[in-house]
Amino acid sequence: MTSLILRTTTRFMFPVLLLFSLFLLFRGHNEPGGGFAGGLVAASAFALYALAFGVDSTREALGVDSRSLIGSGLLTAAVPAWFALLRGQPLLTHQGVWLYFAVPGLGDIHVGTPLVFDVGVYLVVVGVTLTIVLSLAEE
Amino acid sequence: MIAAAVLSGFVLAGAAPSLSRALRGYAGWCLAALPLLLCVYFGVWFAAVIQGGGTSIAYPWMPTLGLHFSFRLDGLSLLFGLLIAGMGALVLVYAGGYLAGHPLLGRLYAFLLLFMGSMLGVVLADNVLTLFIFWELTSISSYLLIGFDHERPAARAAALQALLVTGGGGLALMAGLLLLGHVGGTYELSELFARGDQVREHALYLPIMVLVLAGAFTKSAQFPFHFWLPRAMEAPTPVSAYLHSATMVKAGVYLIARLTPILGGTEWWTAVVSSAGAVTMLVGALLAAPQTDLKRILAYTTVSALGLLTLSIGVGTGPALLAAILFLVAHALYKGALFLVAGAIDHETGTRDVTRLGGLARAMPITAAAAFVAALAMAGLPPLFGFIAKETFYTALLETPAALLGTACGVAASMLFVALALVVGVRPFFGTKVETPKHPHEAPPSLWLGPILLGTLGLVFGLAPTLVEAPLSAAVAAILQREPAPLHLALWHGWNTALYLSIATVAGGLVLFWLRGSIRAGAERLTPLGGLGPAGGYELGLRGLNALAAAQTHLLQSGYLRYYLMIVLATVIGLTGYALWRRPLDLQPPVWTDGAFYDAGLVVIIIVAALASVRSQPRLAAIATLGVVGYSVALFFVIMGAPDLAMTQFLVETLTVILFVLVFYHLPSLPDQSQRTARVRDALLAAGAGLTMAVLVLITTQMKLFPNISDYHGEHSVTKAHGRNVVNVILVDYRGLDTLGEITVLGVAAAGVYALLKLRPSKTRDKPAPAAPEEASP
Repeated sequence: MTSLILRTTTRFMFPVLLLFSLFLLFRGHNEPGGGFAGGLVAASAFALYALAFGVDSTREALGVDSRSLIGSGLLTAAVPAWFALLRGQPLLTHQGVWLYFAVPGLGDIHVGTPLVFDVGVYLVVVGVTLTIVLSLAEE
Repeated sequence: MIAAAVLSGFVLAGAAPSLSRALRGYAGWCLAALPLLLCVYFGVWFAAVIQGGGTSIAYPWMPTLGLHFSFRLDGLSLLFGLLIAGMGALVLVYAGGYLAGHPLLGRLYAFLLLFMGSMLGVVLADNVLTLFIFWELTSISSYLLIGFDHERPAARAAALQALLVTGGGGLALMAGLLLLGHVGGTYELSELFARGDQVREHALYLPIMVLVLAGAFTKSAQFPFHFWLPRAMEAPTPVSAYLHSATMVKAGVYLIARLTPILGGTEWWTAVVSSAGAVTMLVGALLAAPQTDLKRILAYTTVSALGLLTLSIGVGTGPALLAAILFLVAHALYKGALFLVAGAIDHETGTRDVTRLGGLARAMPITAAAAFVAALAMAGLPPLFGFIAKETFYTALLETPAALLGTACGVAASMLFVALALVVGVRPFFGTKVETPKHPHEAPPSLWLGPILLGTLGLVFGLAPTLVEAPLSAAVAAILQREPAPLHLALWHGWNTALYLSIATVAGGLVLFWLRGSIRAGAERLTPLGGLGPAGGYELGLRGLNALAAAQTHLLQSGYLRYYLMIVLATVIGLTGYALWRRPLDLQPPVWTDGAFYDAGLVVIIIVAALASVRSQPRLAAIATLGVVGYSVALFFVIMGAPDLAMTQFLVETLTVILFVLVFYHLPSLPDQSQRTARVRDALLAAGAGLTMAVLVLITTQMKLFPNISDYHGEHSVTKAHGRNVVNVILVDYRGLDTLGEITVLGVAAAGVYALLKLRPSKTRDKPAPAAPEEASP
């Protein structure tokens, strides 16, 4: 596909979509969004990129092998699971591991192990979708 | 400390391969240090137990399930512990000599140590669940050891057979032990001993007994499960000596003895256990008679010996249990020695066929001496310990209610033992020298040390039985859970019935030895009947299982996505429909209450798009119309105030369309129109699936089983989970484990798709499209 319009639009849309996916990921705990939705948006961004510029350039843009994203995502999601075990709590107990701090200009931030878990979900979703999309597109 | 003793084997097993490389020829000798240490440890404890001591230890493992990592030392467990550790040391040394230079020797050491640890766990465990776990580990290590020579199909088949038979018994055992714990109210043996009456009087007593005995009989190769043991001789000889003669096969005997205070003493128990033992004893000895392979003779006589042990324990009287314990020790000593001798003969001459062996005593004097002593013990001749064991066995049989029958069986089996002892332990070394494939020399020390030590012990215990009176008495007392009774063992009992029987046994055995040629010839004529036995049943069962697996795979795994979808949908419709039909629900027809005009519009759009997707000719048009359906559903989510769901639906819909386009781009245009019957079938299936889903949705909206769950989530999501988005809090916190499982499934699905696309042997273009796993959204 060599549509100039698609390519130009994609150049603008791609970073915006990726930013939006991160936005969804980080706000997910309080507003609509989350790792799953965020991951899907990011995957769509790359899928769009693949449609516009081809698979090889997409792999280059991605920088890492999409398959390793799956593994690292699963590992990341497992961290809070084990963290709870080490504290003597049942698997995946998030309670009591929250940090609160104020960042000038951003307001109060609170971060907990659910975010780590959600990042894992995000990575897995991106990895899975792109592994399938890119493999299919290469056929 | 006990736990450390059990687990040390596992730890050393992990290090064994690298130690084997580092220490080369000395590895066996060095690794044997651990079992030797364990021997000393058990010996010290044995001394304490004889003084009336004993110890137990328990670590909570899963206390809510009654599972404790608990161990207990008493006479019986220590006797087995000594056997296991002692034989383990000899076998490790022996293996080093037997397989010297073998590239996988380190692995053999590791498996042997793994087995030793598992077996120690079985006999030392106090918790029956812990016992069961170690029990299964022995089956697994046995599988690995029988299949050690994994490039030979015969070894693999034998390993699989042993695993399936003992593993199947293991399943029964697990059920039996769970029932036992349920009935007894505890899984600790030490507590169950006091509740024997409670268990025996329970309605579930018989099922428990049958299940537990199924486990014990398969493990101890009792008839009709005996057939796996002779085939297990595919294992290297040290393995046969260790697992399939001295220790593992006695795990079943141990279990029967251990559970005697809890399950034993009833008519059923005595009848089943003793008759199974008697039949096994006879069948094993009879099957051993015509064999010509040294190891197979030894294997069948081991089956027979296991039957003898089971019979004695089943009889259950004091003298019978004493006979069992005496024979256990005597058998481990002589059979271990004979197996190791058989291995040495094989190693030196290159054959194990008794008809092709003779006159080896000159070339292998030390091995010959060890074999001679062991054979005398097997024949039950004085002054060996085997003689005392056999005399006690006869005495015990004479006291049973069915004395005539029992004694006749015992004497018949013992006569065959005499003849076979001569065949195995004496005949190869004397007579005229026979040419063998290899020119025999005396075996290296590592190969004769074990037989000599075991033979000497058999001789010493026979000459000075007072040495072992106290420990053996403690073992018998442990079976009965009583105080040890004073015990007097002696070679000479005076002229009594047992002695006359012994004399008759030897005479009969000599006659049988004389007739061995015609016995073999007679058995040859019966070989065609071999397929009718339990082994034939096993083969038949295995073939049937394979055929069933092939048939159902052929039926269900067509490789076409459309058929998979059809099966999935039909199953859902069938099962859900059946459940709805069995329990009809009072369903109200849906009422259109507060729907706005755009709701109606969306419904119309969805229906039209769905119909269009069915009718549309090019695939891309069908996908596009399906996308319309998906987006319209997402719009419904928006209207209903579920932004998270709507967003996910939009994204999934988008990606699905992209995926479909990518796949269908490569597919040829739609083939010829499908046939009318196929269309009707698909239409019915689609309508059925839609109807089922509609009914299910109606049910879920009309039934409020747990009205508070969403309120609960809403109330606690901020206070407890620090999040205002309940959907996300559910995903990452409340039901985090589900999500973890789901993303794992996603990963597996991606691996599957990748494998299908990238790893197929030839890249053809008409492969069915893989399912889009995105639809499995949380």
